[in-house]
Amino acid sequence: MIDASAGAVSRPIARRRGRSRAAWRRRGLVLLLMGPWLAGFTIFFAYPIVWNAYLSFTHYNLLSPPKWIGLANYRYMLHDDPQMWPAVRNTLWLIAVLVPLQVVFALGVALMLARARAGVGVFRTIFYLPALAPPVAATLGFVYILNPATGPVNIILGHLGIHGPLWFQSPAWAKPSLVILGLWGIGNTMIIFLAAVLDVPRHLYESAELDGAGPFQRLRWVTLPTISPVILFSVVLGVIQALQYFTQAYVAANIASGQADQAGDTLNHLGYPLDSTLFYPVLIYQHGFAYFNMGYAAALAMVLLVVAFAVTLVIVLNSRRWVHYSGAVR
Amino acid sequence: MRRWTGIVLATLAVGATAMGAAAQTSSKAGPSAAAAPAKITIWVGWSARELKEFKGVVSEYDAKHSDVQVKVVGSINDTKITNAIRSGNPPDVVSSFTSANVGIYCGTGAWIDLAPFLKKDHISLSQFPKTSLYYTQFKGKRCALPLLADSYGLYYNKTLFAKAGIKAPPKTFSQLLADAKKLTQRSGNKLDVVGYDPFWGFYSGNVADMTNYAPLIAGKYLDSKGKSILSKQFAWSKLLRWQKSFVDYYGYDNLVRFQANADEFSASNLFERGKIAMLMDGEWRVAFLKAEHPELKYATAPMPVDDAHAGLYGAGSVNGTIIGIPKGGKNVDQAWALVKYLTTNNHALARFSNGIRNVPSTRSSAKSKELKPDPRFATFIKIFNNKSSLTAPITAAGNANLSLISQFTVKYQAGKVKNLHSALKTLDKQIDAQNAQAGGGGPP
Repeated sequence: MIDASAGAVSRPIARRRGRSRAAWRRRGLVLLLMGPWLAGFTIFFAYPIVWNAYLSFTHYNLLSPPKWIGLANYRYMLHDDPQMWPAVRNTLWLIAVLVPLQVVFALGVALMLARARAGVGVFRTIFYLPALAPPVAATLGFVYILNPATGPVNIILGHLGIHGPLWFQSPAWAKPSLVILGLWGIGNTMIIFLAAVLDVPRHLYESAELDGAGPFQRLRWVTLPTISPVILFSVVLGVIQALQYFTQAYVAANIASGQADQAGDTLNHLGYPLDSTLFYPVLIYQHGFAYFNMGYAAALAMVLLVVAFAVTLVIVLNSRRWVHYSGAVR
Repeated sequence: MRRWTGIVLATLAVGATAMGAAAQTSSKAGPSAAAAPAKITIWVGWSARELKEFKGVVSEYDAKHSDVQVKVVGSINDTKITNAIRSGNPPDVVSSFTSANVGIYCGTGAWIDLAPFLKKDHISLSQFPKTSLYYTQFKGKRCALPLLADSYGLYYNKTLFAKAGIKAPPKTFSQLLADAKKLTQRSGNKLDVVGYDPFWGFYSGNVADMTNYAPLIAGKYLDSKGKSILSKQFAWSKLLRWQKSFVDYYGYDNLVRFQANADEFSASNLFERGKIAMLMDGEWRVAFLKAEHPELKYATAPMPVDDAHAGLYGAGSVNGTIIGIPKGGKNVDQAWALVKYLTTNNHALARFSNGIRNVPSTRSSAKSKELKPDPRFATFIKIFNNKSSLTAPITAAGNANLSLISQFTVKYQAGKVKNLHSALKTLDKQIDAQNAQAGGGGPP
């Protein structure tokens, strides 16, 4: 005798089992497809961060095994390190000055290029070209051009009766010199802005014109709101790059100091002159690789990670007030 | 009988052929196995002309030792050495210009202890001068040996001296300042010729950690317990004030502008071009001048000393290149043989000294007849052997506390330090904290 009710119950169970098997297969497939990314993330991102976090609680000179010292590195960082706060101040200066200037300058160039009628290709190439120069080569070039004694800039200024500054050799002018270098190389940001500006729908401008909007009002009420997601992207990227600013500062300090020894040992001149180019990543490098104090360098890096995350979060949260996504529902 | 004779002959013939073949085989295999030389690599800091000279010395060693083949890699600094040791794949022999880092290399075991090798080969340490022995060990652990040495003295331009009517090099700081003023030439604010450039951080002589001035003022960095005493010793603040007033005489900005285009290790060196009349520098400048500006008329003398310590005249700062065997090296015995040759063989040391004009680092090689006589170079050998000559302190922190001092002195010279004494006290605390941390834990 067959129990009919048992058959009725087993069908939904079988169907459910089938669905769950399909779901597992789907999950397996997703995992398989994500596998390479997951492996990369774990090996090259998660593991180094976890290891770095551990090292930040140790005394580690790269040559002996790490020795646990608790929060001593963090205490030293906040209370005793004579270079910590100058490095923080220099980095904040860079964020406050270089990032806005880069965004404004790149946007300005993009707006001009978008309006150009003749020689568009030539101008786009000219403004983009500096971005192709390797940072080291570009910095070497700028240190040469801005050499206070023999550089062409000061020679020209001298002919005009102006006593040129010491540029990279002056604590007051070293950071502005790096800003000039940064503005010279805005090609990548400029190209992104140009694409965004050219992508603004024509009918919006036409509507604005019909409403009597002038060029400034069209910029203020049409262009800027439309490209605001791109501006946000540039600001976030600019801030992260400023927090990681290293190569140009490292090269400029060593070349301007003129002290690189025969073996290329340039580590004693980081921050030249007078710690004015000692940015936070340079400080990390100095402790890790000049003083072999990797435990402390790891602690500095952990703070940088947290600060970079917090700053990005603040900008993104704040951006809700001024960034407009087309088709977005508020 | 004939049959048996044939069998015996055939057997002997086969045996002889087999043995001949075996002998032939072994005669091939034997020498080829013995002839496979061990390939060893040595990393050094020298570059360009000096590296070529070093390669010449090593090639002689190579020719005499068929069991090894030495590869020389130049332009190596301490960061590269440390990274190679960490990676577990270091070269067989390493050398460093930064003798102050011996505290790290010996203290951590990154360079292996050479004592067993020295004992095995009956190498007496008494052949090395006392100062060189100090900067090649840390707390009694000898992980390095000196490979030529450096001493610092005064180079002066004889043409500029004659023009200024100066007949002899200065012997005290006050004479140095007075002569420098006579020798300096200006066009308005622009400095055309500088008598003596005292700027901290300008060239090797004025290395900002003040190590090259310590023997001239009887300055000590640490007390007997290893604590920093910069604020407690009047000599340091006196030196700093004297140096700053010297810089102020030229004008800080004027000096910076003057130094802006003057690479130290090239023909654009300001002394070599006749733009600086007096320069504190190492003995190697003799060879650089010969190669780059042989037309320059110059002479050498010990550095002037603090007026209050006139008896110190003749002393100077001393250090040198250190050489050792890194932990993890694969051919330790061959590496030691090379280190031993380079650091104790009179011919090798004399040849290399002639090539790059560094001070020979053993007592016997300093008297070698192979050394080419040159009175301008001889000055530095005398400075090296002067009993009052000093080297930088060796601590567990390596070069790090000297960097702290450098950061301080350049700030002071720029007028960024208001109260010198209290700032020196803070510096002492920072150095002590750094040494404590490097010595094994606690805050850095």
